[in-house]
Amino acid sequence: MDLPPVVPAPESDAELTRRRRGRNIATLIVLLALAGLFYAIAMVKMAQSGHPPL
Amino acid sequence: MPNTAAPMTGGASADEPSALVVSLPTRASSTAGDWLTLLKPRVVVLVVFTGLVGLLVAPGHLHPVLAFTAVLCIAIAAGAAGAINMWYDRDIDALMRRTARRPIPAGRIEPGEALGFGVALAVGSVLLMWLATNTLAAAILAVSIAFYVFVYTMWLKRRTPQNIVIGGAAGAFPPLIGWAAVTGDIATLPILMFLIVFFWTPPHFWALALWASDDYARVGVPMLPVVAGARSTRRHIFVYTLVLVALSLAPWAMGLAGSIYGLSAAALGAGFVVGAVLVLRDRQNATGVSLTRDAPAKKLFRFSLYYLFVLFAALAVDRMIA
Repeated sequence: MDLPPVVPAPESDAELTRRRRGRNIATLIVLLALAGLFYAIAMVKMAQSGHPPL
Repeated sequence: MPNTAAPMTGGASADEPSALVVSLPTRASSTAGDWLTLLKPRVVVLVVFTGLVGLLVAPGHLHPVLAFTAVLCIAIAAGAAGAINMWYDRDIDALMRRTARRPIPAGRIEPGEALGFGVALAVGSVLLMWLATNTLAAAILAVSIAFYVFVYTMWLKRRTPQNIVIGGAAGAFPPLIGWAAVTGDIATLPILMFLIVFFWTPPHFWALALWASDDYARVGVPMLPVVAGARSTRRHIFVYTLVLVALSLAPWAMGLAGSIYGLSAAALGAGFVVGAVLVLRDRQNATGVSLTRDAPAKKLFRFSLYYLFVLFAALAVDRMIA
C-alpha cells in the first residue's frame, strides 16, 4: 500500500530565480550573523583572559 | 535493515529508451525553508528549552554572549542530527504520510546535499561550543549527535521496539550540556534532569505511535504498537509514567529544588498519571485496537509536551528565586 510518488511540479525560470535569490539571501544573513557572533565571542574571551579588546 | 532508498535517476539500460525517458530527473529546486525543514525545527524547540534550563539552573555565571552561543550550538547540533536522520531515513520517509512531503523524498534536496549540510553543522556546532564554553560541554554535545545518528537512527530504530527507550537518551543530553557549559562539570541535578527527559520520551512517543502505528507497520519500523500490540503499549506507557513521576519528584525530595518545583512536579505528575490511566482504559476491541481513534493517546501526547515544558520552567523559576 505505497503512497503515490511525489513528483515536483515543473518550475519556470522566474520561480527558479526567485528560489535561488531566497537561498542566497538566507546564506548572506547566516554568514553575517556568524561573523558578528565570532566577533562577540572573541571580545568576551579576550576580556575574560585579561587582554582588553583593542 | 539496510537503507534501500531508490535513486532519483538512472537505472535504465540503452535498449530501454522509454525507461530512460521516465527516469529523467524531475527535481525541483529547494527554498531556504526546505533547508530549515531539514533541521526539524519543531523538535529542536523542546531540546533547546531543556538545554536552556540546564544552563539557567547551574551554579555560576556565563557571559550572556557565551550562554547564547551555547544554546545556539545545542539548537544547531539537534538540527544537524535531524538532517542526518532525514538523509538516512529517506527511503521510509517517502512511504509514510507524515513524512512523504519532507524535502528529500519530495525531491527538492538531494540526499548527498542533506548529508553534507548535516555533517557540516554537526562539526561546526561542536567546535563552536568548544571555543565558546569548554571541552566537557562540547564532548557531551558530540556524544549526543553521535548517539542520535548512529545508535538511534542507524542501529536501533529499524531493529527493536526498544528504539525510542534507548535512543531517547539522545534527546536527554541537552540539560547536561547546558549545565556543563556553565560549570565545566556534571552534578546530581543535571543527571536527574537527564533521567526525567529519558523516562519522559517513551510515554510521549508511544502515545504518538499508538495512532501512527499503521505508518510504522507499512515501512517495517518495529515501534512497540506494531510489535507488541496496542494493549501492551498502553501498559508500557502507564509503567513508564509512574517511573517518570517518581523521578520528577526526586530533585525536590533530595533538596535540590524547592516547593515551587515540588508542587509543580506533583500536580503535573498527577495529570500525567490520569492521562496514562485514560489511555489504559480506552475503549478497545478484542485485539486492543482503540474504538475512539486513540483519543486519550492523542490527548496524552499533547499533554506530555506541555508537561515537560512546564516542569522545566518550574525548575528554572524555583532555582532562580532560591
